[in-house]
Amino acid sequence: MQLCENLFFQKGFNFLLFTDTGQENRGGAFMAVEKTYEEINARIRKGEAVVVTAEEIIGIVEEKGVEKAVREVDVVTTGTFGTMCSSGVFLNFGHTKPRIKMNRVYLNGVPAYGGIAAVDAYLGATALPESDPENRVYPGRFLYGGGHVIEDLVAGKPVKLEATGYGTDCYPRRRIETWITLSDINDAILFNPRNAYQNYSVAVNLSNRTIYTYMGVLKPNLGNASFSTSGQLSPLLNDPYYKTIGVGTRIFLGGGIGYVAWHGTQHNPCVPRGENGVPLTGAGTLALIGDLKQMKPEWLRGTSFIGYGASLAVGVGIPIPILNEEILLYTAVKDEDLYAPIQDYSSDYPNREASNLGRVSYAELRSGKITVMGREVPTTPLSSYQKAREIAEILKGWIKSGSFLLTEPVQPLPSVDSRIALKGLEEKKNNG
Amino acid sequence: MIANKVVLRFASSLVGQPIIYHLVKEYDLVINILKADINPHQEGYVVLELSGDSENYNRGLKYLRDIGVEIEPLSGTIAWNRDRCLQCGACTSFCPVGALQLARPEMEVRFDESKCIVCKSCLDVCMARAVEVRF
Repeated sequence: MQLCENLFFQKGFNFLLFTDTGQENRGGAFMAVEKTYEEINARIRKGEAVVVTAEEIIGIVEEKGVEKAVREVDVVTTGTFGTMCSSGVFLNFGHTKPRIKMNRVYLNGVPAYGGIAAVDAYLGATALPESDPENRVYPGRFLYGGGHVIEDLVAGKPVKLEATGYGTDCYPRRRIETWITLSDINDAILFNPRNAYQNYSVAVNLSNRTIYTYMGVLKPNLGNASFSTSGQLSPLLNDPYYKTIGVGTRIFLGGGIGYVAWHGTQHNPCVPRGENGVPLTGAGTLALIGDLKQMKPEWLRGTSFIGYGASLAVGVGIPIPILNEEILLYTAVKDEDLYAPIQDYSSDYPNREASNLGRVSYAELRSGKITVMGREVPTTPLSSYQKAREIAEILKGWIKSGSFLLTEPVQPLPSVDSRIALKGLEEKKNNG
Repeated sequence: MIANKVVLRFASSLVGQPIIYHLVKEYDLVINILKADINPHQEGYVVLELSGDSENYNRGLKYLRDIGVEIEPLSGTIAWNRDRCLQCGACTSFCPVGALQLARPEMEVRFDESKCIVCKSCLDVCMARAVEVRF
């Protein structure tokens, strides 16, 4: 706990030295720029806002310098497009006649959770049909799961709904089998408990057999190294201390508009950070929410990881208001300055052991080759940099056109002073 | 003139023999090795583009069969569905010949069918199932 706070002060101090925006300078020869959300939104409404992507801002700051860039740029847009397993959708199907209290619910054979009100259900991205052979024929292919149902719904395709109930006085019906489409049903609310991980491990395989993981296929004996991030374009890597991204932040979600609902599960801000404030391991996460009916199948795509399972690729883009020099400098972070830890997925990860294989920068990862244990290893990207760039561009377009206003968080996310420490789950023989 | 892509599979006992040398020297075949995995005392395979006049070609194949090499034609083609592709680029690190490539700095996945040897390494590593074999 104490370590976490010390770290914060130490890094905060480094940051002041680094950016030269300390209090000493305020009110000196020039006034440090401080913009408000209202001022930026006023410019957006007038169609005058200067909006650039998190990739473009790097060159702008290098070329024009911090002082000029902070005056000129109003918003920096970020983006990421990759598989995010902790995703799913709340559905309300409407009431049957006579009524049913849906106890077991299936969509195209994929089970949804029916343990909420009568015709509500939650369909998770990794849910699999009961008929799926899973890994009984190893490695399983997982061709259709919850993520694919979500993609089909968003694409407007008819989806088969089967539900059973046990019958009550108020909900006498016991079975329904019908077809639904996204426009037929009352509600479809995408609610993803954990998306947009701030940094993530690079996965390698030190064993002598191919392994099949959620980080993709890992070839034996350090045959490849997989990673999943948009790096310098990634939302939380551009706002390392969550100074603008918080509860209520309006975002690009699945091709439509969504919001940050809360910090995501496993949100873990008190991890070691670099001098630029960016976590050196997995850290912050976001819980995201939005109306599925205005999203697009292009940005919500079912995925199949051989030997692992089915999931959903989610497109997320978050705008960062350039309120001051500090925020600007965070957004100017480059792949060269972002580091990820290398982790062995053949033994260390499954056994929850620490891996000590060093770190690599995202610039190296994106180049296609990294060095691990003195050996050159090809890299396997799992998240699309090109699509991340496209999301940042789309969001930029929305903001420039005046159709997308920024929201000030109603509550900040827990940060480095939160004293959060992630817990593992221990086996206990009794409840004492 | 015949030109074909073939897969040759060797038993470990054959790995020590200079088979390619004989194909060139004695059968006057033009050989383009597309992929190979040959290790001492282990089974191995070579994917070849093999061309020559038809008589030499057939004699060359007979020579291979006689010494115990299994020959399979490289069948089917790989179809890459651009619309299904998520553009992650995972496949590009499994493609042994660079037919699937991640163009930099665009970071865009591109497929060059002329380089593809239909080894099928890309099929299972694609999370979007955007590559498939067509016969």
